[in-house]
Amino acid sequence: MSFTWQTRIFPPLLFLTMTAAAFGNRLAEAGELPGDSVYRLDLALVDQNAQASKLADLRGGPVLIAMFYSSCKFVCPLIIDTLQRTERALSDGERTHLRVVMVSFDPKRDTPAILKTVAEQRHVDQSRWKLTRTEAIGVRKLAAVLDVQYREVGNGDFNHSSVITLLDADGRIVARSDRMGELDSALVTAVQHAIAGTH
Amino acid sequence: MYTIIRIATFALALIAVPVFAADYAALPGGKFASVLPADATNADVVIAPFRLRTTPVTNEEFLAFVTAHPEWRRDRTPAVFAEARFLSQWQSASALGSDAQPTQPVTQVSWFAAQAFCESESARLPTWYEWEFAAAADAARTDARKDPAWRAQILSWYSRPSTTPLPSAGGAANAYGIRDLHGLVWEWVGDFNALLVASDSRDQNDPDRLKFCGAGALNLRDRENYAVLMRVAMLSALKGADTTANLGFRCARDGAREGS
Repeated sequence: MSFTWQTRIFPPLLFLTMTAAAFGNRLAEAGELPGDSVYRLDLALVDQNAQASKLADLRGGPVLIAMFYSSCKFVCPLIIDTLQRTERALSDGERTHLRVVMVSFDPKRDTPAILKTVAEQRHVDQSRWKLTRTEAIGVRKLAAVLDVQYREVGNGDFNHSSVITLLDADGRIVARSDRMGELDSALVTAVQHAIAGTH
Repeated sequence: MYTIIRIATFALALIAVPVFAADYAALPGGKFASVLPADATNADVVIAPFRLRTTPVTNEEFLAFVTAHPEWRRDRTPAVFAEARFLSQWQSASALGSDAQPTQPVTQVSWFAAQAFCESESARLPTWYEWEFAAAADAARTDARKDPAWRAQILSWYSRPSTTPLPSAGGAANAYGIRDLHGLVWEWVGDFNALLVASDSRDQNDPDRLKFCGAGALNLRDRENYAVLMRVAMLSALKGADTTANLGFRCARDGAREGS
């Protein structure tokens, strides 16, 4: 089944899991994913540079992940703004270890070119940010693992809950925030802990 | 010569009737007055033609699925896709045992597991609108929802104590040939996490305004249709990895005909 390509492709690496403990966290990424990892989801992403990747490729360091769509006029710009405020609260050294991934609710409209426009207009650091799309069923599955509710309501609009989720190096959910338009200090602290835990 | 024809016919019959062939019935779709309007103006939704499994997926069908796809055995499915109670009514990860009859609808299945089952037979979970459209029919009418007697009958089905064993799948067919939409189990829909998402109220001072985006407001229509509204409320309270003893599923496919 599509969900578990990682476990099927990498069983020989189970051996590495055992040795990983001896070599610290960096090698741990070679082992099997934890059962509660969001990266168990076999999700194909395409980013603002039309680069294809898998969700599980994000493994190895903390990630802030949020869902949005480009044509949204109200809260989605605020989600980007809140992500930027959060990373600005980090030290320069910390910030280099944080990646930010946004996944669109609207794969019909959010092409890589449109995602690129958003990335440039919002001046996000594209060396660490990915604005991505996936296929429609992938959107539904990702929303289900992140506990995000969304509904297409016609005219290209979506009703959706706004949630920023912090994933640890193995894709486990370690913090969530629905405070938009302001700095959530608990989220910042969780990000700092996640960065300190992997580096 | 006859032998060859007989063998050929037999071989064709084998191809045409795979084991556990699921029975799908075609539904026309069209304009439909859902309890969840398409937008804030109480507009009808428009449903494309689709096909729906005539019965919920049973224990024996789900056992065949996990046998063919062992990554979905209850002892191998990661926690992110199914909570600990996944298939807990079965005797083991690979046997039903005496508490789970083969023809009973499978329950204690997560949304992810249900979706994976449907993908394995080139299908998907139905949308809420598709499920509601099919469930509006009684034995004779495609939309019996305005009939107080029909509503009362549905509500009486829901009053069956949840401690009694589930009946087998295969109750009376409705006007579309679909069975067990009411009175047997709750059923997952593909967009379970889409049903009760309120929009922003356009009120600058409303703190909830910032949580949502887009046009349209949460606006339930047909508030006397308690049985259907109960389904909406129940599905909306679930997470994708959740399972319950009364929650099963069936699958759907696009288009009015196979291959369309």
